[in-house]
Amino acid sequence: MSTTTIMAAREAVSAGHGLLRRLVRSEWIKFRTVRGWVIGMVAGVLVTIIWGLLVANGSNVGCQAGPNSPVESGAACLPRFPLGPGGEAVTDSFYFVHQTLTGDGSITVRVTSLTGLYLPPGSGISASDPEAGMRPGVQPWSKAGIIIKASARPGSAYAAMMITGGHGVRMQYDYTHDTAGLPGAVSARSPRWLRLTRSGDTLTGYDSADGTHWTKIGTADLAGLPSTVQAGLFATSPDYVQVVSQSLGNGSSAGGSSLATASFDDVRLSGTPLGTWHGSVIGGSSGGLPASASGFRQAGGGLTVTGTGDIAPVVAGGASGASTIGQFLTGAFAGLIAAVVVAVMLITAEYRRGLIRVTMAASPRRGRVLAAKAIVACAVTFVAGLAAAAVVVPLAGRLAHNKGTYVLPVSGLTDMRVIVGTAAVLAVAAVLAVAAGTMLRRSAAAVTSGIVLIVLPYIFGTTGILPAGAAQWLLRVTPAAAFAMQQSVPAYPQVTASYTPAGGYFPLAPWAGFAVLCGYAVLALAVAWYLLRRRDA
Amino acid sequence: MPRTGDAPASTAPRAPQTALARKPSGERNGQRAGSSSLCEALHAEWTKLRTLPGTFWLLAALVVTTVAVSAAATAAVTCPHGGCSVDPARTSLTGIYLGQAVAVILGVLVISGEYSTGMIRATFTAMPRRTKVLAAKAAIIGGLALAAGAIAVAGSLLAGRVLLTGHGFTSAHGYPALTLGDGPVLRAAVGSVLYLALTALLSLGIATIIRDPAPAIGTVLGLLYLDPIIAAVLHGAHWHNVIERYAPMTAGLAIQATTNLSSLPISPWAGLGVLAAWAAGALLAGGLVLRLRDA
Repeated sequence: MSTTTIMAAREAVSAGHGLLRRLVRSEWIKFRTVRGWVIGMVAGVLVTIIWGLLVANGSNVGCQAGPNSPVESGAACLPRFPLGPGGEAVTDSFYFVHQTLTGDGSITVRVTSLTGLYLPPGSGISASDPEAGMRPGVQPWSKAGIIIKASARPGSAYAAMMITGGHGVRMQYDYTHDTAGLPGAVSARSPRWLRLTRSGDTLTGYDSADGTHWTKIGTADLAGLPSTVQAGLFATSPDYVQVVSQSLGNGSSAGGSSLATASFDDVRLSGTPLGTWHGSVIGGSSGGLPASASGFRQAGGGLTVTGTGDIAPVVAGGASGASTIGQFLTGAFAGLIAAVVVAVMLITAEYRRGLIRVTMAASPRRGRVLAAKAIVACAVTFVAGLAAAAVVVPLAGRLAHNKGTYVLPVSGLTDMRVIVGTAAVLAVAAVLAVAAGTMLRRSAAAVTSGIVLIVLPYIFGTTGILPAGAAQWLLRVTPAAAFAMQQSVPAYPQVTASYTPAGGYFPLAPWAGFAVLCGYAVLALAVAWYLLRRRDA
Repeated sequence: MPRTGDAPASTAPRAPQTALARKPSGERNGQRAGSSSLCEALHAEWTKLRTLPGTFWLLAALVVTTVAVSAAATAAVTCPHGGCSVDPARTSLTGIYLGQAVAVILGVLVISGEYSTGMIRATFTAMPRRTKVLAAKAAIIGGLALAAGAIAVAGSLLAGRVLLTGHGFTSAHGYPALTLGDGPVLRAAVGSVLYLALTALLSLGIATIIRDPAPAIGTVLGLLYLDPIIAAVLHGAHWHNVIERYAPMTAGLAIQATTNLSSLPISPWAGLGVLAAWAAGALLAGGLVLRLRDA
């Protein structure tokens, strides 16, 4: 192979770009002719795939429809989450007091109170008197207000203006969108006026503290909204969740059902509404509370609505038990170790055998030798990582489905980003390893630093060894930040849950995390290039 | 410190005669040397390791990285009013996570270094009883890891003692200052030192099988660091418990726990025993491969 290098390089000494191409070719020949390196990469791919299948196969969910029904397992136990307009899994259960509205129109209301009850963790619900044993207290994301919804079907498009237990007035639409309005809690002394107007497919939300001065909060474009929609009042309240952030554990949360009751008056529906108010439980009763716990009362000019559930996207972990495709790809760490070992050896093996002197003699442009090695390490690892990820994601997803684990659905584009992103992370890590090998020249030190630099911060960041703050910080500034590429679903501030990296939620956005790793790789390459030029081979 | 041994000096002249024809010469040599050859082997290994400049730096790195990470982790935790669910001893010993990587390098290089330079042939010519060579290497590297580990653990606990008191871990909150007089803390400290030595021995065993340093280190670090990662994604599954109980790192580090022992997947000493079994298994397999294979 050295003869190839020498000949290749001599021919191309004046050829400029051709030189790099030939160097890449000779590095590729070096890689593929060392059997151990090829075996190492293949082993990395296989372990990554087996790991993913093991994770998908791991949890065998069992369930029982009722106390006397047979115990079922596997796909029969999958929760049936409706899909929102964006294709995401959503929770859509609330108490809806509605009328049919045809064409354009608006709804305006005054809210004078929002109170709640919640079941402390560990207590049971009695079917006859669901409110017995519940404690007073409104949840931060208990919500009540006005809503215009395409239909009463769970998962249909909507826009709503609401007051919340702890986050002031909000405008939310289509499950994932959330805009803040007036802050502060609502009471009889400081009521809130809410207004939602429909004009074609556009819904606009307003709020007001006095009923005369209105502030526009936002607009929602609900494409394809039918001309006949359901408009009215709603109340709902998500499960009581306690995120344990102080603990060194994974911020586990415990929860029980909750109820929210809101008082409305001064309800005005303009446009062409039909008939009188109807009350319905949308999306069935959630959290084990019987349907009788929800309802509405009409007295004088006012309405009181009580509901339970949530109108929000489903998030991974917690009560939903939902998983993400990123969980199946944690095996990429096994692939990463294989890639780091091979990439380091691309350069350190030459130092050990003295081949580096032949390589440098054949191609005195040392920077290009380094570039060629980095390109080969990057390309080989990318292809291997892509093969592993492209096999794991569909296969493990299907296996998990059959085992009764709900995997949050994502768009094809997100799927692609997670798969290609995982391969790209491994590829850039391999470049980092080539640079480390060039700097340190010894494989033991280079392999260890490559692995420790990427894997150890991830362990510290995800397994609850460090407190949450320090863990998040590590996943922002170390090369392990790149694994944000595997996050397939966003964290929603309007849903209380423990968004931990172990559950698939990273502090940085996917591409930002990837950029951190790229920054390390570029820096390491620059130092390696400098040292390679300065030092004797 | 012993003088440069006469073992290599005295065996070197014999080497040309006994080279190549390994087995018969080995038996002859072994009979002649008898029980003293283990001492010679120890002496020889000690001399080789002592005179390598890297050894000192690696031992120093083990101490520095362990204490630095421990101190950083301890500085990051606080115990506000109302209590906290922090295990102060375990947090003060967080640096073992990084320190073990240096112990792995030590364990791997003591044999892989000889393979990569070709020195291993000279070693086996001089000491044809290969398992004895491996035993000597294990004793020396285990001893060095114990010594460096003891300093690293002592430094970590000292840093923890100083930093934790400043972060609300006071007697008023139910956290008396860390002291080795406390049984569980002593167990965590001694266990962490043993943990470092056992990872070095595990590395020696695996490196004896794999020979090349880079894949050997990759394998050992994979065996250690991948445990908590796969355990975290296998939550609630049957395999989760298996990994927590029988994987070398998750089981071995159970020794660091001083609070909430009932929630541990495996009891502290049993966990360290699992790691010891891994190390013993790797050394046995390494010894077997060493006997059966050409150097």
